[in-house]
Amino acid sequence: MTTAPPTAPGPSPAPAGPPVAYVLRPADDALIAAQRMAQWCTNAPQLEEDVALANIALDLLGQARALLTHAGGLEGRGRDEDALAFLRDEPEFTNVQLVELPNGDFAHSIAKLLFFAAYQRLWYERTAAARDPELAAIAAKAVKESTYHLDHAATWTERLGDGTEESHRRMRAGVAAVWPYTHDLFAADPLAARLAAEGVGVDPAELRPEWLATVEEVLTRSGLAVPAGDWAPTGGRHGVHTEHFSLLLMEMQSLHRAHPGVTW
Amino acid sequence: MTPAAPPTTSPRHPQDPPPVPAAPASGETGATGTAGGTGAGSGPPPPPERGGAGGEARLYAALARVHDPEIRVLNLAELGVLRAARIGADGTPVVTITPTYVGCPAMDVIRADVRTAVLAAGYADVRIETVWSPAWTTDWIGPRARAKLAAAGIAPPGPRPPGARPSGAGPDGRRLLPLSVAAPPCPRCAAADTEEVTRFGSTACKALWRCRSCLEPFDHLKEH
Repeated sequence: MTTAPPTAPGPSPAPAGPPVAYVLRPADDALIAAQRMAQWCTNAPQLEEDVALANIALDLLGQARALLTHAGGLEGRGRDEDALAFLRDEPEFTNVQLVELPNGDFAHSIAKLLFFAAYQRLWYERTAAARDPELAAIAAKAVKESTYHLDHAATWTERLGDGTEESHRRMRAGVAAVWPYTHDLFAADPLAARLAAEGVGVDPAELRPEWLATVEEVLTRSGLAVPAGDWAPTGGRHGVHTEHFSLLLMEMQSLHRAHPGVTW
Repeated sequence: MTPAAPPTTSPRHPQDPPPVPAAPASGETGATGTAGGTGAGSGPPPPPERGGAGGEARLYAALARVHDPEIRVLNLAELGVLRAARIGADGTPVVTITPTYVGCPAMDVIRADVRTAVLAAGYADVRIETVWSPAWTTDWIGPRARAKLAAAGIAPPGPRPPGARPSGAGPDGRRLLPLSVAAPPCPRCAAADTEEVTRFGSTACKALWRCRSCLEPFDHLKEH
């Protein structure tokens, strides 16, 4: 599936005002990353890693809950975190495609985590100084967690990249497979750019140089390199997703939709 | 339920603009600090050990019986999760808590336990508020609480490394982040020769370590 980004400016996908849409981006990133990461539970290569990945997923889910709750509050139409997570349809999700990609083998998932955590850390770090105090407070907490995730991913990248022939091959393959989707993180985003210009938001495009430096440092010390090639599927921020996304959503939302309002 | 609250009762919602640093006389302010200072300095106020005003003493006494569900040896105040407790203008106790990690799964249990404890102390109702800022840090765990942790076989967190602002390469240009600190001594035999088994332990806030001397594994509350 090639998902060409809409070249026209394109309307904002969220029905509500810009701040809500702006907050939904990182909320959806965290939510979908958490859901995907949680699929490693009971499947990781060793028990310790099982616990680690589950904990990382839990951190991401916590971030998603806080951000979704905040977005619902900004919107002011009574949608809570559950309504936003479970009752929106595919085109309404504005997460990057990177986080919805299938887990692949362990090295694939580590590559995803490396790239995503490096991005999240920068975004949260900048957002911790944002004008919206609630958003800033969430970011100030979350940045510590992303830092930890990044360190975990970097450690594994080095261990695999600088390990055996087989582990190196797999890590390199993982990086190569995931890399094209990293561009979506920094794709031009008129809404974010406008908010950044007004001093209330972060323009992801501005984060890329520092992100690249971090990622490149890790790859280099792991005996790997930044992949060549310029295929850059984008569109997540506009609600355009890969074919893997609907299956993930179906699994995530089915219980809530079958039993509306259920608690446990 | 909203019993016709006059606007003077300061709802203290997180969306409100950062509070004016109020007169620091009573220990009940300072729950919602400003969000600006991320991690850099160790500025946030220490957790309240007990209530300032007399009317809150009973409330704090009730809350002292609420322990963290995953670290049973510490109560919420000792852990730093309890940020403030006061009697609201309508007479309802207001308890302010902050999560250790954003996704800490214990928060729901903590809320339920707080409610149970406060109602058991004779109050008719309780309002529980959650604040994100200032972000919780292990630096809020005091010496007495650290001793309790160690006595329970959990190596307490060390001080966070200076300038633990998460960014960029470390001083040697290789360590990505100044995350880790000196190895904690074994809480059982006090040997210094310990090693990390895994950074993600039995709960989000703990890592699993092992003592090379007595060979026993132990939990370590991570610096955060």
